[in-house]
Amino acid sequence: MKCGVVVFPGSNCDHDAYHVLKHVLEQDVTFLWHQDESLQGCDLVVLPGGFSYGDYLRAGAMAALSPVMAAVKRHAEAGGLVLGICNGFQVLLEAGLLPGAMRRNASLRFQCKDVHLRVERTDLPYTHTLRAGQVLRMPIAHAEGNYEDAPEKLDALEAAGRVVFRYCTPEGEVTPEANPNGAARGIAGICNAGGNVLGLMPHPERCSEPILGNTDGLALFAGVVAAAGAMR
Amino acid sequence: MTALQEETVHATPELLKRHKMTAEEYERLRAILGRDPSWTELGITSALWSEHCSYKSSKIYLREFPTEGPHVVQGPGENAGIVDVGHGWVAAFKMESHNHPSFIEPYQGSMTGVGGILRDIFTMGARPIACMDALRFGEIDAPRMRSLIDGVVRGIGDYGNCVGIPTVGGETGFHRCYNKNILVNAFALGIARHDEIFHARASGSGNPVLYVGSRTGRDGIHGATMASDAFDAESERQRPTVQVGDPFTEKIVLEACLEAMRTGAIVAIQDMGAAGLTSSTFEMAGRGGTGLHLVLDRVPLREVGLTPYEMMLSESQERMVLVAKKGREEELEKVFRRWGLEVADIGRITDTGRAVLEWQGSVVADIPIQPLTEEAPVYRRPVAEPADLARRWEAPEVPQPEDLRGTLEALLATPDFASKSWIWTQYDTTVRTNTVHGPGGDAAVLLLKGTPSALAMTSDVNPVYCRLDPWRGGAQAVAEAARNLACTGAAPVGLTDCLNFGNPENPEVSWQFREAIRGMSEACRALGVPVISGNVSFYNETEGESIYPTPTVGMVGVIPAVAHVPDPFFTTKGDRIVLLGRDRSEFGGSAYLRLLHGIEQGRPPEVVLDAELRLAQLLRGLVARHLLRSAHDLSDGGFLLALAELSLGRGLGATVEVAMEGADLFSETQARALVACAPGAVEQVLRAAEEAGVPAVDVGATGGEELVVRAGGGLLRAPVADLHTVWSTALPRALGL
Repeated sequence: MKCGVVVFPGSNCDHDAYHVLKHVLEQDVTFLWHQDESLQGCDLVVLPGGFSYGDYLRAGAMAALSPVMAAVKRHAEAGGLVLGICNGFQVLLEAGLLPGAMRRNASLRFQCKDVHLRVERTDLPYTHTLRAGQVLRMPIAHAEGNYEDAPEKLDALEAAGRVVFRYCTPEGEVTPEANPNGAARGIAGICNAGGNVLGLMPHPERCSEPILGNTDGLALFAGVVAAAGAMR
Repeated sequence: MTALQEETVHATPELLKRHKMTAEEYERLRAILGRDPSWTELGITSALWSEHCSYKSSKIYLREFPTEGPHVVQGPGENAGIVDVGHGWVAAFKMESHNHPSFIEPYQGSMTGVGGILRDIFTMGARPIACMDALRFGEIDAPRMRSLIDGVVRGIGDYGNCVGIPTVGGETGFHRCYNKNILVNAFALGIARHDEIFHARASGSGNPVLYVGSRTGRDGIHGATMASDAFDAESERQRPTVQVGDPFTEKIVLEACLEAMRTGAIVAIQDMGAAGLTSSTFEMAGRGGTGLHLVLDRVPLREVGLTPYEMMLSESQERMVLVAKKGREEELEKVFRRWGLEVADIGRITDTGRAVLEWQGSVVADIPIQPLTEEAPVYRRPVAEPADLARRWEAPEVPQPEDLRGTLEALLATPDFASKSWIWTQYDTTVRTNTVHGPGGDAAVLLLKGTPSALAMTSDVNPVYCRLDPWRGGAQAVAEAARNLACTGAAPVGLTDCLNFGNPENPEVSWQFREAIRGMSEACRALGVPVISGNVSFYNETEGESIYPTPTVGMVGVIPAVAHVPDPFFTTKGDRIVLLGRDRSEFGGSAYLRLLHGIEQGRPPEVVLDAELRLAQLLRGLVARHLLRSAHDLSDGGFLLALAELSLGRGLGATVEVAMEGADLFSETQARALVACAPGAVEQVLRAAEEAGVPAVDVGATGGEELVVRAGGGLLRAPVADLHTVWSTALPRALGL
């Protein structure tokens, strides 16, 4: 599978996503520059975490208008795989590839810590190796992860099964205490109608190697690599 | 065009005072120039000869540090020191203070502290991979303190998080001596391949001088001079001299510079830090023995109307100056443009040894460079031992604790011992996916990807010890740092320091400085750790009151096999707990007396360097043999606090029995550590300790939900969950959150 990791000015988890795909999963990976108009035949496009364009205006707002995003939109609309992590998720929201918006964390502070996630959907290329209700531990590191949308839109999102991850207790209960940023209905990650575009706030690339004490994130990458192989 | 064309000024006492120059220094400048200086020249000289840039009061003492060792690639004198960390890699690191700006404007002050230290690292060709911050605040209830804490923490977070460098460690302490002068010491470390190192040494007459990064504004003018002055009621008016940080630009400049360095078209590169364009260009030319000719009309400006004086002294952030190979400017410009950065060709390297600054067709400064940089004034300030030293060293009365659990909880509830997670959860600690151990343990541990090794780093100092006995305090800071590294299995390869002191014109402060450096130097020699970089921050004094001497030590070590690193907390039920080192009753400057009884009295614990060395070697050997599951050194708070911290980390209890009793559980005798190992390994651990000449006792086992300590006739029994609540909620509660 050919993977592309987009580099916006201010991306800072680009090397981390690259590292997991290239050195842990031994895939063919390339960096895609924000001014590129082509995705160079990549099957999977990762929008990494960071502070694209310094998060000026709004997190992800400027990146959504960059030339590479036009290509990412075409790729997504054609059913291509797009994974947005943290700032990448924010870019997907701003680009209209996923619904809703981010507000500042309820604490009004940047938060970096491990959280627990309940897997809500297991038929996606990213999650097909996971069990429904399985609890994953992953780090978050963001100041704007407070997901929001109009109540009826959230209802529709849930009804369509597009909530993929929710913040939960280690036992899998979705509670206000387990919610690190105030996100509506504990939403940590969502997908598009086709299931090929996934955005999540936690960082699976930071927990994909045993030496870092946690490999819960690797399943997402390994899953999508396996699924892409099967799609070919 | 060589003769000076700007009008010269004849300095009045008032003018010299504004430039923090003495009449003698002014005369020295006149002698170097052979005439009165121009206004621009006066400004340039005042910055270069400020305490902050010239180290004029500290130089004679700093020479005592050992600076050589088998791993040293670059010692002091460059933007950062560099050590060999194996497998073809080097690490560049340094620590620097941003105390004065952070007290005046905490958010921008701490932001630009982080920004400045990161530039010092990537200037050397190294990619920054970790930051640490050593923070000293006043009493939480002191005026402005809550907002200072909040501002500093936000500033550090917003900067490092955005640039994408994890903040993996540091320390935070509180003492009334910082009520009006907080300390913000920022450390950064970067890595490079051995052959990728860059220096800030100009060469090649005719080579162009390029300016990259943010435009120059009026912010920070005379920042270096401000940092060389004491605080008074007027300090609030200095807000305009605090620089403003932009981490996004820093990230772009970082990436662009590392890419530009790979072209091979750069001769020398330096960031514009304190004293901005002045120090960067003069230092590069001074080190290389060249001259330079700058055309100031070409300096990119943020606003119109800046004078040459202002351009040369502005401390606008995120700016770099570099010397390119003649004819290869375009290659570099292409890289910088790709990253959306402006490049300006602002002059040439010359072979005249002089700095000639041209503006609007006139020469506004014409100065011989080396005399100004090399012949800066050096002072041997008067030194006086405090008159009451004997009284300070009188052994204090040590009240016995009435109730062990209550005493432990009272200590855990102080801001000093409380969990600092409220602070470090606001920092990105895991970006770059190298963090094996982040904040909260003895030393941070970071992967050196592609090798079996890891890097460990820590920052340490006990200001109360340093006030009571600066020699012991200085030695103890080095010893504790080495001990913290040893708990991860790391052997130290180098040390950086941030020497925060009061006004050096006060003889007692100069004495503190001299003694602290002697103590640090002796410990460095005994433990085999060279000093490779550092920073001196004097004039930490407000309204005549100096801070306690605070020589912060940042130490870096190499762990040969990262897979063997023990945890800083108990991990496994049923592990045996072994106490290493000799227990004594030492309470001078102890946390127990200070925090619970309001006594700061007595000589601090003795620093027995050969005992420290034996302990460190033992710990490294045990880790190398993969025998330890947990390790944590004993420091302030003594045995009981160390044990509690081991339990609190993962909420795993322990039951121990020790010969110590009562207050001795809080004695701060050095050269001790607690380790935990599988029951089957305990014999090997004890035997290794015996062979190393380190006293060792199997004191108990991990397990259960309680901490149970039998100490002589006393008993402590407390649910770990209860202790955890006290410990984890104390800081946010004290901050009123």
